[in-house]
Amino acid sequence: MATQREREPLLEVEHLMMQFGGLVAINDLSFSARRGDITAIIGPNGAGKTTVFNCITGFYKPSSGRILLSSEGSATPSDIDVLTRSGRRSMAAAAGRIYLLERMPDFEIASQAKVARTFQNIRLFTGMTVLENLIVAQHNTLMRASGWTVLGMFGAGSYYRAEARAVDLARYWLDRIGLLDRADVAAGDLPYGDQRRLEIARAMCTEPVLLCLDEPAAGLNPRESATLNALLKSIQSEHKTSILLIEHDMSVVMEISDHVVVLEYGTKISDGPPSYVRNDPKVVAAYLGVEDDEVALAGVGIAP
Amino acid sequence: MPGAGLDHSSTQSLGIGAAIIDAGKAGLLALGLAVPILALRTETNLENQLILRERWDYVAIAVAVAFFGRLVYLMIPARRAAPKARSLTFNGSGIARAVAIIGLALLIVYPFLMLLLVGKAASLKWIDNFGIQILIYVMLGWGLNIVVGLAGLLDLGYVAFYAVGAYSYALLAANEPIKQFMADMIGPSFWPLWAFWICLPVAGILSAFWGIILGFPVLRLRGDYLAIVTLAFGEIIRMVLINWIDVTNGYAGISGIPRPSFFGIPFNASDSGFSAIFGLEFTPLYRTIFLFYLILGLALLTNWATLRLRRLPVGRAWEALREDEIACRSLGINTTNTKLTAFAIGAGFGGFAGAFFAARQNFISPESFTFMESAIILAIVVLGGMGSQIGVAIAAVAMIGGTEILRELDWLKHVFGASFDPVQYRMLIFGLAMVLVMIWRPRGLISTRYPSIYLKERKSVSGDLVKEGHG
Ligand SMILES: Nc1ncnc2c1ncn2[C@@H]1O[C@H](COP(=O)(O)OP(=O)(O)OP(=O)(O)O)[C@@H](O)[C@H]1O
Ligand SMILES: [Mg+2]
Repeated sequence: MATQREREPLLEVEHLMMQFGGLVAINDLSFSARRGDITAIIGPNGAGKTTVFNCITGFYKPSSGRILLSSEGSATPSDIDVLTRSGRRSMAAAAGRIYLLERMPDFEIASQAKVARTFQNIRLFTGMTVLENLIVAQHNTLMRASGWTVLGMFGAGSYYRAEARAVDLARYWLDRIGLLDRADVAAGDLPYGDQRRLEIARAMCTEPVLLCLDEPAAGLNPRESATLNALLKSIQSEHKTSILLIEHDMSVVMEISDHVVVLEYGTKISDGPPSYVRNDPKVVAAYLGVEDDEVALAGVGIAP
Repeated sequence: MPGAGLDHSSTQSLGIGAAIIDAGKAGLLALGLAVPILALRTETNLENQLILRERWDYVAIAVAVAFFGRLVYLMIPARRAAPKARSLTFNGSGIARAVAIIGLALLIVYPFLMLLLVGKAASLKWIDNFGIQILIYVMLGWGLNIVVGLAGLLDLGYVAFYAVGAYSYALLAANEPIKQFMADMIGPSFWPLWAFWICLPVAGILSAFWGIILGFPVLRLRGDYLAIVTLAFGEIIRMVLINWIDVTNGYAGISGIPRPSFFGIPFNASDSGFSAIFGLEFTPLYRTIFLFYLILGLALLTNWATLRLRRLPVGRAWEALREDEIACRSLGINTTNTKLTAFAIGAGFGGFAGAFFAARQNFISPESFTFMESAIILAIVVLGGMGSQIGVAIAAVAMIGGTEILRELDWLKHVFGASFDPVQYRMLIFGLAMVLVMIWRPRGLISTRYPSIYLKERKSVSGDLVKEGHG
């Protein structure tokens, strides 16, 4: 399905450690997410999945480790070495820009490295309308168009044209998530399932290379969950956006992901295609909390 | 409202007996409060001795007011439908727009209306004490509204920027070396005439600069901590004004501050003065009327800028920041810069107002920039409904106009005796009014928010969904 170029790693997490005081939330975690893939991170409650997201998106500063994002083509090891030693945050390599996310503040990871995310407990701007949420997501584009406010204050036509383009993009995503006729409603007035999809649309309005979704199917009914699968699949096939997904709902994970990473107590216990992970005895044990000799029996349990 | 703290659920279906018992409780509460506060008063008698005067009549009045007030409150049938009453006022943007247009038209004719109604002598007071004073606070309210209402950053030290603006103007405009320099370069009459127009923008810029200075240390703070540090900042500025006597002249203040000219034409009795040039009879009224239009213009400029900013990316980022700072950062918004611009622009408008205040008063001292001022401006913003321009204007008229009205209530002296000064009860009345408004409209007079952009229809957003921010 994917070409060779798309199969190169987009995000490489290497020896990531995250400690909170004495608690080791992530312990020497390495994995990579390939361009064009939907990569799922699964694991029991408290395994450290959200913490991984917070490290990738800069909300937490990792205790140690490297998080490399190669936005266009994959960088050579020597490029990576040069960047790591230089102490800088990003560098233009032959194959495109590469970023060391652990060195960047959160908002720059979003605006420059183009990593967007959603939150486990939805974080919409509830008092603003659905459309406004999607326009705020295009802040940096519009800020430039408004001449950092100065031109915009004097009503420059170029700003209004940029705003009209922003509205068009918003309209496109509203159409995709089926909320076009609710554009002028306060985001907080939407039902839960719509809020989840709106948060994804808002993240997509930043035109990210990597979209990190923290439990997007949580609290959705089976029909909404199926719509979500279709949405994520279409983002994967129609946009240059790769997806990193945390999910408890195994039907979603097994159906749409190309690659699954399993965490338990902050350590990676399995890593591979869904069909492999599903039958990995360690995964089964982690999920069901059973002894190894019972694993074969339980293997059936988490298969969809 | 001594009874306000009592059980609200009891208001649904209350028999007369239960209502009396409830009102009795309110009365008891009032008694408990009134005895220590009202019953005894120390006074000096003719022999210069301290004597204790008993005022049980006052206590009785307080208790009676509480008892009957609560009783009436419980008996009014409208109370029973209270939840519905919330959508009563200013819900359509049409009404808000109409209020704005009528208000603006009234403001534009106000000085002449007053001249017609009360004549030349008396209208001075109405234009100056009411018109100009209220408009200064409208402008300050709108300036603070950017910081508190839009960006959701609770700033208790806004008066600092008002002070910076006022002192910047005073120190620059009344500065001898500058005046001398300008006299040598351009001519002796230049600086006194044009100082205001040159120093006004400078004062605004300096205030904005101090807004950024304050912004930096408080960037990481939220909620209560932000409020406390901004409060301290306001006090620090005031302390500097009091103690840096070489520059600010301390408590004595700065006097002889040049007044604004009519774009280069002074308001005086000379042959080149405003009255002579326009062929009018000289009266100080013209200056006052000009000042009125000047502050009206400045306030409208603040309003125009705010409305415009709201529809630009910065303004939307401020509101998004108030709603959810973490989400903002996940969308690539530099929240540091966003907060600093809010502080700077809000402070800048405070600075303009300060410069105007200094020019109008002709004299300033640290007395004018106490915490009380910050509290009043914040109260205007909160009462008006955070983020609502019209709400803030209405609240400013009510609070500042209300204070000035109290000064006019001389006839109350006939009722309560000659020593009764209604202005002394200002804070008590403010407090009561505020408690009442907060019971009636907990999100301020106008709590609905109007979206800055829409696809098909501009629907208002209920205040319950809009967050308050605070850091
Ligand atoms: N800011 C923090 N301070 C201290 N401990 C934290 C912090 N954030 C996470 N932790 C701890 O790190 C561990 C992993 O938490 P995390 O939220 O990443 O789990 P999770 O895999 O997302 O779980 P869930 O499926 O419940 O969302 C937990 O023990 C949690 O208490
Ligand atoms: Mg989680």
